[in-house]
Amino acid sequence: MNYDAIVIGAGMSGLAAGIRLAMFDKKVLILEKHSIPGGLNSYYQRKNFDKGGIRQFDVGLHVLTNFIKKGEKGKPFSKLLKQLRLSYDDFKLCPQTHSKILFPDVELKFSNEFELLLNEVSEKFPQEIDNFLKLTEKVKTFNELDLSIGYSSSREALKEIIKDELLIEMILCPLLIYGSAWEDDMDFAQFVIMFKSLYFEGFSRPEGGVRTILSLLMKKINDLGADIRFKTAVTKILIKDSGEAFGVVANGEEFYAPVILSSIGYPETVRLTPKIDLNPRIGAMTFLESIFVFDKKIPLDQNDSTIIFYNDSKKYSYRPATDYFDSSSAVVCFPDNYETNKQDGEGTVRITYMANYSQWRDLERAQYDEMKEKVGQSSLSLIRSLSQGFDGKLLFKDIFSPMTIERYTWHLNGTVYGSIDKTRDGKTPFKNLFIIGTDQGFLGIVGAMLSGISMANLHGLMGANEI
Amino acid sequence: MADVRQIVIDIIADIAPDEDVSNLDDVKSLREQLDLDSMDFLDIVMELRKRHKVEVPQEDYPKLATLASCVSYLSPKFATV
Ligand SMILES: Cc1cc2nc3c(=O)[nH]c(=O)nc-3n(C[C@H](O)[C@H](O)[C@H](O)COP(=O)(O)OP(=O)(O)OC[C@H]3O[C@@H](n4cnc5c(N)ncnc54)[C@H](O)[C@@H]3O)c2cc1C
Repeated sequence: MNYDAIVIGAGMSGLAAGIRLAMFDKKVLILEKHSIPGGLNSYYQRKNFDKGGIRQFDVGLHVLTNFIKKGEKGKPFSKLLKQLRLSYDDFKLCPQTHSKILFPDVELKFSNEFELLLNEVSEKFPQEIDNFLKLTEKVKTFNELDLSIGYSSSREALKEIIKDELLIEMILCPLLIYGSAWEDDMDFAQFVIMFKSLYFEGFSRPEGGVRTILSLLMKKINDLGADIRFKTAVTKILIKDSGEAFGVVANGEEFYAPVILSSIGYPETVRLTPKIDLNPRIGAMTFLESIFVFDKKIPLDQNDSTIIFYNDSKKYSYRPATDYFDSSSAVVCFPDNYETNKQDGEGTVRITYMANYSQWRDLERAQYDEMKEKVGQSSLSLIRSLSQGFDGKLLFKDIFSPMTIERYTWHLNGTVYGSIDKTRDGKTPFKNLFIIGTDQGFLGIVGAMLSGISMANLHGLMGANEI
Repeated sequence: MADVRQIVIDIIADIAPDEDVSNLDDVKSLREQLDLDSMDFLDIVMELRKRHKVEVPQEDYPKLATLASCVSYLSPKFATV
């Protein structure tokens, strides 16, 4: 079968790319291995332990970053709306209350108003406020969308501006765990993207979670008449002797197109091509997540944070756990704590720990379940210590590991933020084969969609316009 | 004769539904008056092609800077379709 473009993977980036191409009458084929869309941000259901019935969960979606108010212009989220021709109201965004970075003896709150973080820094690090302002200036004037810039260390850049090491650790903590493929550091362009999307813009959550976003995207795909096939794994990318990609093999069938956009990761994509001397490294950062549902909401100390970025020492370690999991830091997410969700009812908490892929891989089934139990216990005691004697009854729990991530998204080693070898212009050594999403360097829900959009524009629409 | 000015305005109204396109100054740059970025200009070009089969090569994108320049650049193209 012949198409104008083939998209591999129906995660956020693949769906967005498919929409852009189909919008301008390209005949598009989207191939997805799983039975549903979403990829790293999909959904699943579980049976209740006792009373029967099922519960629906999102895989990820603590937050949608890059919050804007209705009508705000020139921001990543407003660009995304325009490019996909979606309306702000369709996302039903509930803004966060506020979030906090919690280290021993000191915490920094931030919200969708940047002033809060500024005030917090000037109160808790008065000697650093001028430097912090200098940093925000640098972030504001930096062009993170320049696709030609190479890697530079954020820690080095921060050290040049900020003297207090604790403040550096605290600023980095949420940015690293929400989007760094690199251990203990991140590319400065990525730092700028994350700083803007978390601290300048902030968090919200669509009512209905990730399904709300996915059904908007799927409706567009179907309305535009793009061909999307689930349970259809691409097993080979077809390359001519001249090095030009011209099609794929999936479910034993061949499909041809002059443009192929792959969202499955750079190392994962290279493995589907004939052997070449190119080995993008597999990122090491993978996580464990525990989800608990209680019969009532968890009362927190001051005013119900949406997310707590917790760390138990002055130094933040962002690297694979040396053991199965690392409980010295965590992301604690309260998906109920949003401005528009003040009613009583069940309370949900999600706890994310850094993990170690090879340790989990080597576990036998019985030990695997036992280890998950340990993760659950550790997470529960963290909830209890943060909520000072919360006595809610646990109704449900579910824990997913790096193995779960690998099994359902096929990211090698359960890596979440992809390879540390990004290809920022999307190009690969093969003509007509491009990388979109995480390994093009833009991640998270908003980032991945923008990557799909901009790569489809650059390599699918503008390229085609030259003919 | 196609009303090229109106055609461009209609396209902008569709790709940037939040913008007020009722009072545009023909000689001022569109970017100055509206929240349009390079991605939006790509959409103007793609819509011209989709709706009117008019092709604008990439090197000519700057010729779409103002409504007046759109009219003078695009009118001959519309005359031939
Ligand atoms: C636990 C967790 C929590 C997260 N929380 C948040 C959050 O709160 N906010 C946020 O913004 N981001 C969050 N993220 C990150 C976000 O989910 C990702 O950055 C983003 O979804 C990546 O999208 P993508 O399109 O690049 O890749 P993917 O989602 O990985 O898409 C790739 C797709 O390709 C498919 N595929 C793989 N191999 C093949 C094959 N051979 N053939 C066909 N299809 C194939 C996969 O099934 C998948 O659907 C979280 C991630 C995780 C794991």
